[in-house]
Amino acid sequence: DPDRKTEVVLLACGSFNPITNMHLRLFELAKDYFHETGKYKVIKGIISPVGDAYKKKGLISANHRVTMAKLATKNSDWVEVDDWESSQSEWLETLKVLRYHHQKLLPPDATNSLEDAVPLTKLGQKRKREPNRHKPIKKRNQSPDIKSVPQVKLLCGSDMLESFGIPNLWKLEDITEIVEKHGLVCISRAGNNVQKFIYESDLLWRHKNNIHLVEEWITNDISSTKIRRALRRGQSIRYLVPDGVRAYIEKNNLYGPESEDRNAGVVLAPLQKYASDSKN
Amino acid sequence: MKSRIPVILLACGSFNPITNMHMRLFELARDHLHHTGRYQVIEGIMSPVNDKYGKKGLVSARHRIAMAKLALETSDWIRVDPWESEQETWTETVKVLRHHYNESLRSLQCKKEFMKTQHPTETSAGDSLSCQHPVLPELKLLCGADFLQTFKTPNLWKEEDIKEIVEKFGLVCISRAGSDPSQYIKESELLSQFQHNIFLVREWIQNEISATQIRSALCRGLSVKYLLPDPVISYIAQHNIYTEQSERSSQGQLLQPLGLHSTRVTPLSD
Repeated sequence: DPDRKTEVVLLACGSFNPITNMHLRLFELAKDYFHETGKYKVIKGIISPVGDAYKKKGLISANHRVTMAKLATKNSDWVEVDDWESSQSEWLETLKVLRYHHQKLLPPDATNSLEDAVPLTKLGQKRKREPNRHKPIKKRNQSPDIKSVPQVKLLCGSDMLESFGIPNLWKLEDITEIVEKHGLVCISRAGNNVQKFIYESDLLWRHKNNIHLVEEWITNDISSTKIRRALRRGQSIRYLVPDGVRAYIEKNNLYGPESEDRNAGVVLAPLQKYASDSKN
Repeated sequence: MKSRIPVILLACGSFNPITNMHMRLFELARDHLHHTGRYQVIEGIMSPVNDKYGKKGLVSARHRIAMAKLALETSDWIRVDPWESEQETWTETVKVLRHHYNESLRSLQCKKEFMKTQHPTETSAGDSLSCQHPVLPELKLLCGADFLQTFKTPNLWKEEDIKEIVEKFGLVCISRAGSDPSQYIKESELLSQFQHNIFLVREWIQNEISATQIRSALCRGLSVKYLLPDPVISYIAQHNIYTEQSERSSQGQLLQPLGLHSTRVTPLSD
């Protein structure tokens, strides 16, 4: 059936420290892009905040970051927040998160169980509530058809794509599997270097059909770093983040000079991991 | 301790439609003025332009006011004022400033009289209100840096109006990273003379949501979520306000101020 569209789930991984209107725009832009191709149908958006074990400077507790993301997506009928990644006790590679969400979308009678696909590293940690359980997508026919399983694509900005070039931040085989088996949707500002970056990488070039570039014409530079800076200086962040998020930050006094100093001097988890891997 | 001068910020524009960026201008201006230590921003007023302005794609003031009201519902200090849009003809910005300034004096006077009725035993010398408000409020025009540059456009502004705006009222001018209006001020003798009354605020968090792009996105069925408040988006959808047809309104027509001042035609881009 050539008219049947491929279903797509957009997955955004990141600190969301805090979530901003810019993050939310990424989803809207990606969805519009896919719909305009006529070949895809975006059925869901997932925000997956990174775990505290990532050890990024200024990263506040995952509980708050997840709560703010949930407040931000309250009025969205298709974007939701998933806390599986953030509830792991160790940092998880982005590929593992992609695999996890992909597995979740497979029909219940699939041969691989969730546990086999992605071993959980929780060490007897008790969680207060059940993790999000998404309803499995119903199949249209009985036989397993590749097209009937939604594709999970990694949604990101050009900074993440270009971070592939930072030594020891990503494993080459991870990047390969991401672009080969899943796909990337990269939103960037007009006049960016992303196309050049892809051109200069043999790996990315080979899979460029699975790297969707979306140009954002409305310059929107609302970075979390700038939000945190404004908060430290007592400046207004209204209309840059959803109102519920702003109120929550204010009420809980989340960002200040002390929070910005968290993890100062600590090596980022992936860098730490790959440095010790190469030693062994 | 010297008390702060109360300030009212007035933004004139099409607001066609209102966007998060418009509302950011107010927040940035307020932060900036407070940071100087000399001012206390007490109110923000948004004044959508009259339909008779003749700008291409301008939809009815009724809608533009309704959308602004929805957007400002959650703000405790900014409001939309329909006076300018309710006038018979297009009104020069300086007249809008004068009107709102007089209104602020009037309401201050009313407050004083009200306080006197509450405390009739106090003499005017020991009047508690005059102790609290020894200084009259100042009304300043809030705008973007590109607004400053329109002063250069032939026949768009009367010289004496510009002078009154910068001398009697003042400007709070928000510019985006990368543009520097201070240069432009230096080049203009008039603006240089009153530069103490022109506040330049740098917007470091770029958020250039142009209403033109918004209308274009809406016509194409693209999402504008998180660029405008949700209630405004619902309103636009409900009333089907922005269409290819609405975009063509006033096409080829001369902007009202250009028509008034001279026969010389200068195309004005958005």
